[in-house]
Amino acid sequence: MDLNYSAEEQAFRREVQDFLAQKLPAEMADAMRNGKELGKEGHEKWHAILNDQGWLAPNWPKEFGGCEWNAVQRHIFEEECCRANAPRIVPFGLSMLAPVLQKFGSKAQQDHYLPRILSGEDWWCQGYSEPGAGSDLASLKTRAVRNGDHYVVNGQKTWTTLGQYANWIFCLVRTDPDAKQQSGISFLLIDMDTPGIEVRPIILLDGTHEVNEVWFTDVKVPVENLVGEENKGWTYAKYLLTHERTNIAGVGFSRAGLDAVKRMARSQMHRGRPLIENAHFAARVARAEIDLMAMSTTNLRIISRAAAGQAPGVESSMLKVKGTEIRQEINDLARRAAGAYALPFVSEALEGGNEPAMGPEGSAAAAPQYFNNRKLSIFGGSNEIQKNIIAKVKLGGGA
Amino acid sequence: MNFDLTDERQMLQDTLRRFLRDNQEALRASTRLGESDNKLGFDAEIWTKLAELGVIGALFSEADGGFGGAGFDLTTVFEELGRAGVVEPLLDSAILGGGLIAELGNDPQKELVEDVIGGALHLALAHGEPNSRYDLSQVETTAQVAEDEIILNGRKAVVVNAEAADYLLVSARESGAVDAQDGISLFLVPRDTAGLSLRGYPLLAWGRAAELDLDDLRLPASARLGAAGAAYPALHRAMMRAEVALAAETLGAMETATALTREYLLTRQQFGRPIGSFQALQHRMATLLIELEQARSAVINAAGHLDASPKEQALQIAAARNLIGRAGRLVAEESIQLHGGIAMTEEYELAHIAKRIVMADHRFGDTDTQLERFIDHCAA
Repeated sequence: MDLNYSAEEQAFRREVQDFLAQKLPAEMADAMRNGKELGKEGHEKWHAILNDQGWLAPNWPKEFGGCEWNAVQRHIFEEECCRANAPRIVPFGLSMLAPVLQKFGSKAQQDHYLPRILSGEDWWCQGYSEPGAGSDLASLKTRAVRNGDHYVVNGQKTWTTLGQYANWIFCLVRTDPDAKQQSGISFLLIDMDTPGIEVRPIILLDGTHEVNEVWFTDVKVPVENLVGEENKGWTYAKYLLTHERTNIAGVGFSRAGLDAVKRMARSQMHRGRPLIENAHFAARVARAEIDLMAMSTTNLRIISRAAAGQAPGVESSMLKVKGTEIRQEINDLARRAAGAYALPFVSEALEGGNEPAMGPEGSAAAAPQYFNNRKLSIFGGSNEIQKNIIAKVKLGGGA
Repeated sequence: MNFDLTDERQMLQDTLRRFLRDNQEALRASTRLGESDNKLGFDAEIWTKLAELGVIGALFSEADGGFGGAGFDLTTVFEELGRAGVVEPLLDSAILGGGLIAELGNDPQKELVEDVIGGALHLALAHGEPNSRYDLSQVETTAQVAEDEIILNGRKAVVVNAEAADYLLVSARESGAVDAQDGISLFLVPRDTAGLSLRGYPLLAWGRAAELDLDDLRLPASARLGAAGAAYPALHRAMMRAEVALAAETLGAMETATALTREYLLTRQQFGRPIGSFQALQHRMATLLIELEQARSAVINAAGHLDASPKEQALQIAAARNLIGRAGRLVAEESIQLHGGIAMTEEYELAHIAKRIVMADHRFGDTDTQLERFIDHCAA
């Protein structure tokens, strides 16, 4: 048992810190710290900076232009990025689709799509959930019918994150309606400019537009856009989901969030003293921090096992539940710390404009973020689904 | 022991519930974040109709020109407003603004109460400041008497309904330390007074508020409400009434959240059956219903003690708001979680209702502040 990072790992951490100190634009970090939206150009700019450094694809093998970092290195990188308030890497192309293409895609698909993901030429979005297929994803109904050299796709996807920026979508579609649920699904790559596709915004409860509905009406997709074999899409989807769950614990987000709460609580006065000195508030912050300290070690235990080549099992479900609970609790603390200044909804202050916030730093985003992050326990397999997985593994029987 | 509403209050509840149901579309239209070009923050037509129905009058005693004004009148009205997610500022124009003028005002000032009850006049209480958080006695804004004038200087924070208000009730300190109860006065300030600048913005749970700058704002001495430096007891009483009303409003919103969630559990199909057939979700729904009844009883306790001794009153109201704060958060978060993604959308009714529930905790003292007040009152 040794809780310390090795000398190499510490050197790697310093390298990451130096890079962030030099290359992360100050206005970008400032926007992130204040919970502002980055927009398409902002994300693309940060991707380009990382790509210049060769660090845009931490999880890709070197043969495809990635860093091939192990789990510990990736963790250090993510931790330092969060600490520096760097934007997160938009995951849809880089950490969701790319691993699937690398494992199951044809050589032609790898050669064509992977470089375009790194260069920023393509922005991918994910076509998984449907109105009737959420937690029960395998009940999806979007149909793809083979017709000569192409498929004809009809149906509707939903919760498509940042689909408004995307020029490509990877989709799960039903190619065999007669097979048992999971067996009739295929994995298709679809150009968003194809006639018959319509993207409709979904406005979330905090007023943001980050998810969309994507409608398909007689959309023609060339058969060479099929990944792997027809009707094997569910296997690829499950493989993708294991990659979606990396950094599932969100330790870095929680640390940054907790720091922000403390900053705000130092500046806010409560009964003549700084709020941070108030026993009830301090106890709430302390409980969250204690939970985070333990969870972060659970995370490291799993990461070092993964770095040693062991596949994570039920623990990633445990991390998802605990990690999202802690993040949501920290969002709740930020909202409380802001006091009456949690009430205003100053969208200009959140959209990157120059409109100053009313209250203390971070107060403008506190309540919107609290509501927005209710999604954490819903998406990527809801926390109920994660508990089903844990129970199924540990207790046996049906989920 | 009788927990039934009187016939009059039952009639008020039925009338208001029917009106709000019949006007659902208009009410929902005024609760959209996207429609921030509405500088009122509410629907003026709905406001007029509420006044015509006597809903505002029900919040005032007969002596003040109304026909109610007791704790259970307040809770009857506000529970219904909460159920329907109403954003019209009854709390600000009527309970706080109208209530304070009724208590402190002289005869000419009190004539304004009639216009509030009739729906023609809007008010806002400008009391909170950037450094006051939830402390009622913390007032840094100053009022200086200069011959026959009074000059106000300072800043007021998150003044709800300020832009719609014909008059602002501005608190300012005439004497004493910044956190002393003695020395605070209230002034009736027409919104267009020179030296008053407003910076308005929408609120996350809808309605609007403003930051106020008071820069050598000059008033005649007749603008003062009540005696110089003696407004604190009235402010405290108005706050108690507002807290009872807000607790009842939140209870109403919690009723809607649980009703929507129950309906969704019964209809949403996943894995080939309604998700309400899963025991794990059934138990969570049951927990919400248990907490809802706790909240209902807490509101009854608070309303029933609105005219009790100051200590008993304050203790019961702090207890109710602490319980509602905890139960409300649970109901809002669990209702969203049990729905899943659909409850995250602005379009779905629950989103608005959940915001009303959670953001209510940011007015007049949050869950933790209420706990501290309860402990203080127990020890006193």
